[in-house]
Amino acid sequence: MATMGTQGQFKVVGTRPVRPDGVEKVTGRAAFGADLSLPGMLVGKVKRSPHAHARIVSIDVEKARALPGVKAVVTAADFPEIASEEAFVGEGPMNFRDLSCNCMARGKVLYEGHAVAAVAATSSAIADAALDLIEVVYEPLPHVIDVEAAMAPGAPLLHDDLITQGVDPAPRTPSNVAKRVHFSLGDVEAGFRAAQVVLERRYTTKPVHQAYIEPHACVASAGADGQCQIWCSSQGQFMVRAYCAKLLGLPISSIRVTPAEIGGGFGGKTLVYLEPLALALSKQSGRPVKMVMTREEVFRATGPTSGAVVEVKIGATRDGKITGAQAVLKYQAGAFPGSPVQPGCMAAFAMYDLDNVSVTGYDVVCNRPKVAAYRAPGAPIASFAVESCLDELARTLGLDPIALREKNAAKDGTRAVYGPIWKDIGYVETLQAAKKHAHYAAPLGPNQGRGVASGFWFNIGGESTAEVHINEDGTAVVVSGNPDIGGSRASMAMMAAEVLGIPVERVRPIVGDTSSIGYSFLTGGSRVTFATGMAVVQAAQEVVGELKRRAALILDVSPEAIEWRDGAAVPSDADPGRFAPLPLAAIALKAGRTGGPISAKASINAQGAGPGFATHLCDVEVDPETGQVKILRYTAIQDVGRAIHPSYVEGQIQGGVAQGIGWALNEEYIYDANGRLENPGFLDYRVPVASDLPMIEAVMVEVPNPRHPFGVRGVGEVPIVPPMAAVANAIHAATGVRLADLPMSPPRVLAAITRATT
Amino acid sequence: MPMLSYSAPTTIDEAVSVLAGANGTAKVLSGGTDLLVQLRSGRIQPDLIVDIKRIPGIIGIRQDPGGFAIGAATPCILLTEHQGLKAAWPGVVEAAGLIGSIQVKGRATLAGNLCNASPAADSVPALIAARATCVVAGPGGRREVPVEAIATGPGRTSLAKGELVVEFRLPKRPPRSADAYLRLIPRTEMDIAVVGAAVSVTLEAGGTCTEARVVLGAVAPTAILVPEAAAALVGHRLDAETLQRLDAAARRACKPITDKRGTIEYRTQVAGVLARRAAGIAFARAGERR
Amino acid sequence: MSKHHVSTTINGEPVEFLCETQQTLLDALRDELQLTGSKEGCSSGDCGACSVIVDGRLVCSCLMLAVEAEGRRIETIEGLAQGERLHPVQKHFLEAAALQCGFCTPGLLVAAKALLDRNPSPTETEARYWLAGNLCRCTGYDKVIRAVMDAAAEIRGE
Repeated sequence: MATMGTQGQFKVVGTRPVRPDGVEKVTGRAAFGADLSLPGMLVGKVKRSPHAHARIVSIDVEKARALPGVKAVVTAADFPEIASEEAFVGEGPMNFRDLSCNCMARGKVLYEGHAVAAVAATSSAIADAALDLIEVVYEPLPHVIDVEAAMAPGAPLLHDDLITQGVDPAPRTPSNVAKRVHFSLGDVEAGFRAAQVVLERRYTTKPVHQAYIEPHACVASAGADGQCQIWCSSQGQFMVRAYCAKLLGLPISSIRVTPAEIGGGFGGKTLVYLEPLALALSKQSGRPVKMVMTREEVFRATGPTSGAVVEVKIGATRDGKITGAQAVLKYQAGAFPGSPVQPGCMAAFAMYDLDNVSVTGYDVVCNRPKVAAYRAPGAPIASFAVESCLDELARTLGLDPIALREKNAAKDGTRAVYGPIWKDIGYVETLQAAKKHAHYAAPLGPNQGRGVASGFWFNIGGESTAEVHINEDGTAVVVSGNPDIGGSRASMAMMAAEVLGIPVERVRPIVGDTSSIGYSFLTGGSRVTFATGMAVVQAAQEVVGELKRRAALILDVSPEAIEWRDGAAVPSDADPGRFAPLPLAAIALKAGRTGGPISAKASINAQGAGPGFATHLCDVEVDPETGQVKILRYTAIQDVGRAIHPSYVEGQIQGGVAQGIGWALNEEYIYDANGRLENPGFLDYRVPVASDLPMIEAVMVEVPNPRHPFGVRGVGEVPIVPPMAAVANAIHAATGVRLADLPMSPPRVLAAITRATT
Repeated sequence: MPMLSYSAPTTIDEAVSVLAGANGTAKVLSGGTDLLVQLRSGRIQPDLIVDIKRIPGIIGIRQDPGGFAIGAATPCILLTEHQGLKAAWPGVVEAAGLIGSIQVKGRATLAGNLCNASPAADSVPALIAARATCVVAGPGGRREVPVEAIATGPGRTSLAKGELVVEFRLPKRPPRSADAYLRLIPRTEMDIAVVGAAVSVTLEAGGTCTEARVVLGAVAPTAILVPEAAAALVGHRLDAETLQRLDAAARRACKPITDKRGTIEYRTQVAGVLARRAAGIAFARAGERR
Repeated sequence: MSKHHVSTTINGEPVEFLCETQQTLLDALRDELQLTGSKEGCSSGDCGACSVIVDGRLVCSCLMLAVEAEGRRIETIEGLAQGERLHPVQKHFLEAAALQCGFCTPGLLVAAKALLDRNPSPTETEARYWLAGNLCRCTGYDKVIRAVMDAAAEIRGE
């Protein structure tokens, strides 16, 4: 469909109305997953493995079952055993069998915190007591967590049937390497030979958690007729429905999932942990079951992203032209295959126009929780390495870091290493904006330094359904199927209002449950404003078409005589003045007499999602005696396509930057020698607090995506990709010391400074 | 299922009696910011909680010619708002002011911070440097002991069954005296101290130090008074040589561990840095006083 | 098992409830009184999502036993607005788009109100340090701080 309008022509798009769910949220009325209570509801809790790797010898639940107040107990025996099958339900690679075993361990526990049983009881205290009465006999096994240790020959084996995919010939024996991926263009060895400078560096990162403030929560209620209801906060009610149906062996139509408000997801709620357990407990007890994770459970048992090793080699001629680029990425997948190493490989050099490039990735299982998607999965790790290496290259060549990137920038027509040819991208625009920004010229003081880094994310489209209904008074309801994790609901209302030509206050956006709206792929991949927005626009345009037909009937003119402008049927230009404008409300009033209710539905598989690019500038001050790093100033410049609601686009950029800064400076999973997590809480898992950050300036460059009616490009994920390298590069500028291992916490910074000065 | 009992005595003697006569484990509830976390996580499983906040006088700050008396259950936020205390003991107040968030400070108390006996407790080094004492009530009556006599190791105190801390006392300040407390944390707030350093000094008119106490936190099983560091200051002005000696003495005294918050090397190195910086602040403050 | 009977005042109204010793004030608010506006993010006083005001002091309700509420005056997010009239901090959070998922928002609003009650002219740094006990993972705090500063200006009558 054609892009509508140009900048300045929109009445609603681009403005900043108060979000429709705002008052609920500022008054504490918005209902999140843990806020629902049902009559007769039980409390469900999970028993979790204390071992990082062990065989389950036996589980005896009889004492727990006998405790007064306990109404249900489940273990893996209460779930169907599922054969290996790729699932295309959520974000990132997933196998139904693995998901089932992740939700409830079968035969073996593969990480500390792995669920082995669950109970439902009449109170929290009784549920806790019941967990203590469940007797599990384990045979502890050697464990492995570090990615290279897991790849080494002789490493403890997690799955004795895991044969590395992507290697030819296939290995004869199992290992912990689930998959090898490879992308290349040209001849990278020739590229290195043609180079005058070659840098080869190694970078490491630790696992980090999405750290949403709302722990996972759900209420499940199974009726005697087999009809099941689930109320949960998730990034996709249809995903929850599909996974629960599969894991419990139920028909999809028997499950209705209502999305609660979600207290942060960032990819971490694109799969299920509690819902299948709660449903099984509800079936067994005949009562609704509420399950809410503690913060400790969130850290111990839900998926942080990969820790990784990335080896980068870049060769260039003295003028800065990159002649060859290579990266090897080794990513932890956690207990089951499915790290984001493939998108990491694809994104690593995506900002650059390279003739000779080779990227290889390894997906490696290890004894920590299964990885879940985390905002631009795979790309931040890869970019930390590549953008740090490019910074070093710039300094070695005596080139400005932005100039180096401009010299090699991807533009329209550039072929990316993983295949597509870029069209209508805005990377160069972000570099130019960065160069011109006042931040880039601002003076720096002692112990201060400035870093530059770029980032990319694919953004996806996918399946979405939307409905637009006109009410009897001319107001409208827009129903879609995507949980709102960033303000998308406001954007749906705005796009519909723009098309309908009415004020946004007269459009009410609703997120429907799985029985009330057609299928939508989950909220993730920065897709909702793009794909669901496209469906909303399509449905609204159909409604406009219908409104024009009804107006023709009411006015007794032919439909060709009518156009739609500013929310009213007006005479077409061929015959202006033929009749006075007939507003939407007047047409709505007569809906029954002109054919019935006015509404439309669009079910689409949105194509043409535009990739997003960004360039970030970061100033730091380093205390050379303590290694503490203070972020002084941060500017994030991103091509956002078209900002439907600029405040929410800015918010996505600022939030992503803050997460990236946390990832850069202090966030990490700390394991002891037994593979147990030492910091499963917000005290020692250190996310940025308000006093850690300055204002974050979000600069929105708009290179509209012509494949969306309003030019929308996904925006939510790109912002987390550049910060780690931006901070590392700034620290190098401030101290002369290059940190290649995350996080760059004060002890590591001080140790590096001390090593450099002795 | 074990039932957790709760008692809220209204006199000190009643509190002593309840604690002394408890069947099983009894825990004093002061601010609760450590106790509730440990209760929730299952780290402690007491039979009885004794809430002391209903005892008149247990919350409040009293200033008299002899110094200050601070009720054991006084929330730290009140310390940060007391102008007289801030003026006389800026180091003690800033230490108490670093304990957690505003929310935590709204409840957390000096007694809890001390008796929880974390090696990294923020208020303890500053109290010890200030020569603070605490009044302990118990079945044998009342006794007043230096703050450093209470914590004996991580999570352990010298208090006997039935004893509780009811008051802190800070002595009167001679002229040209001031204290300071610094800690190192990875973020800017909300972390447990990786290293803490408290310095309290008295200067004579020319700026030479006549009395000093230097106490380090989070680098040993309890906060440690470092006489050698104090000796580096006494008789000297705060010049480069003095600072170097102070730094070295602080480092030598450290007996830290490597844990999720810091390494031995890091803690040792930074102990010296913080001792220098805290001394700088204390000297500057003292120099401004008549 | 006998429970404690607690009489307290919540948002200006006298309230009574029963609780067990180990229940926190947050548990009582959410489970006994259905005041689910205060959120549980960590149960260890590290995230501030459960923030309430007790006798004029900002505290984490997860760090108080429910039984300690006896005789106290408690203010929660539910009491911040007066009917349909939003408190300036609520209004400015909406106008400045200072919330995304909204989960940390009740705690932040209560904390911001407590700040402005005590200091109507905070600097940006003072606001940031006061709010350090309220974790937000969505916004990066930028618009939150702007909203608080704008609300402060409105309260001062500027």
